[in-house]
Amino acid sequence: MLHVAVARRAFRRYSTYRAATVAGIFTNSVFGIIYSFAYLALWRQNPDAGGYDAADAVTYVWLGQALLMTVALWGGGTTDDLAERIRNGDVAIDLYRPVGLVGWYLAGDLGRALYHFLTRGLAPTVIGIVLFDISLPPSPTAALGFLLSIPLAVTVSFALRFLVASTAFWLLDATGARILSGALALFFSGMALPLVLFPGWLGTLAEALPFSAMIQVPNDIWLGRHTGLELGSALAFQAGWALALLATCGLVLRLATRKVVVQGG
Amino acid sequence: MPLIDVAGLERTFVVRRRAGFMRRSKSVVRAVQDLTFSIEAGEMVGYIGPNGAGKSTTIKMLTGILVPTSGELRVAGLEPSRQRTDLARRIGVVFGQRTTLWWDLPLRDSFELLQKIYRVPDQRFRENLDRFVELLDLGDQLDTPVRQLSLGQRMRGDITAALLHDPEILYLDEPTIGLDVVSKGRLREFLRALNAERGTTLLLTTHDLQDIEALCDRVIVIDHGTSVYDGTLAGLHAQGGSTRTLVVDLVDTGPPIDVPGAEVRKVEGPRQWLSFPADASAAPLVAAVASAYDVADLSIQEPDIEDVIRELYSHGA
Repeated sequence: MLHVAVARRAFRRYSTYRAATVAGIFTNSVFGIIYSFAYLALWRQNPDAGGYDAADAVTYVWLGQALLMTVALWGGGTTDDLAERIRNGDVAIDLYRPVGLVGWYLAGDLGRALYHFLTRGLAPTVIGIVLFDISLPPSPTAALGFLLSIPLAVTVSFALRFLVASTAFWLLDATGARILSGALALFFSGMALPLVLFPGWLGTLAEALPFSAMIQVPNDIWLGRHTGLELGSALAFQAGWALALLATCGLVLRLATRKVVVQGG
Repeated sequence: MPLIDVAGLERTFVVRRRAGFMRRSKSVVRAVQDLTFSIEAGEMVGYIGPNGAGKSTTIKMLTGILVPTSGELRVAGLEPSRQRTDLARRIGVVFGQRTTLWWDLPLRDSFELLQKIYRVPDQRFRENLDRFVELLDLGDQLDTPVRQLSLGQRMRGDITAALLHDPEILYLDEPTIGLDVVSKGRLREFLRALNAERGTTLLLTTHDLQDIEALCDRVIVIDHGTSVYDGTLAGLHAQGGSTRTLVVDLVDTGPPIDVPGAEVRKVEGPRQWLSFPADASAAPLVAAVASAYDVADLSIQEPDIEDVIRELYSHGA
């Protein structure tokens, strides 16, 4: 299986950056601690904000830290390689191969995500459990649902990052688009603040956008806020966005080869 | 039906330029226009032209990663841009300036990944790998990460990578760029053998005309996006009006040699230089000289192809 081999290779490749992993775990933990105290202060004022209790809120913080790098919310996935290869023209080589570009980079990104989940996901969570009162999934179903929702979250994030990287076909460099999308992702994924705290139509909008599939949805599944049929529809929400966005990636790629130059001779 | 069939091919790009504050001017650049040629299976064709002539654009269209603006294009019976994936299994591409190998992987792992990409059966993969590793002398490098290979080693790795799936057509883009003389020679020899043994069709773009002279019976010269010459290397000489030189060493110093079909360019003691058209046979000329003069030695200098092509480019411009 080619895509399994690609995923395994990506896993191995990222695992060679040990120092970066350790530094990342440290950073995630520090931010986890800071945010936890901030949230605890907030929930002391308003003990039922967004329907979360204080334990839920702190749990939400640490899950966010665990997922941040796993889904590569701000980049750092294989889509960074893609953007660079479009910029310097090496993408031509990818296109010469009898393999779809989207599937190729997705497989690599899932391999990377697994590595980041096992290191930058698990390690800060353990630290969070030791230092704070974190609630575990209330049922085996919730735990299983959470595990299922992660690859979906990664796929949604991947597809969004792929689209951002693809702008390099037209803009020659994807940096600007990446900064913009990073800001949107920070806000609308629920990373900065749980979307349940957003008022009115802004909350409704935020929960409907694909960004919420990256952090808010997996976190709510862990917290047991989606049960039964609702758990199914939460996963379907992620899967739906994943499929729609992947299809868009394929479309954009076709457009790129039709309209633009692959850079460099 | 020819393996590669190109008729009236055109590709334009729209270029936007800043023409003042917030104003943009649009202009259409024709990278390739009215390009027509066909290549039969088993040919070795040199595709040459100055920088920016449209060589890479053509190759990108032939491989299907760029869609033509208009014109007919068939490679191995397929329409490249629509059937890119099917076509990719049947072609190999080698860039002198890029690598298809993975920097962080040992050469062997790159090859194994390519085996999966092209779904090469195990048996065939091992046969090919053994053969190319032996011919290209890569045995000691198989376990070295690509980033640690020398340019020559990497190039040989890239050639192997492009051939593992037995492509019918091999596109080579500046394959000898940056290589030393020995490596260049070895690479050319390998490509010749590949063509002879497997009948692989080669399309070679290069600025090194020795590549062409060593490998290609046929050259297509492209300039400003269109073909300005398509034929044999010898014919290119004739077209460029180039001449060959007969160097005659007479036994004694004498007056300039006077024979039909040639004229004396230079006299230096007993040695004289006679030029004659490159497409004319040297045999009657040599006979005429030998019968009328006392000749100590003779040699023929071939024209410099670079001069010929430079001539052709300047006519096109």
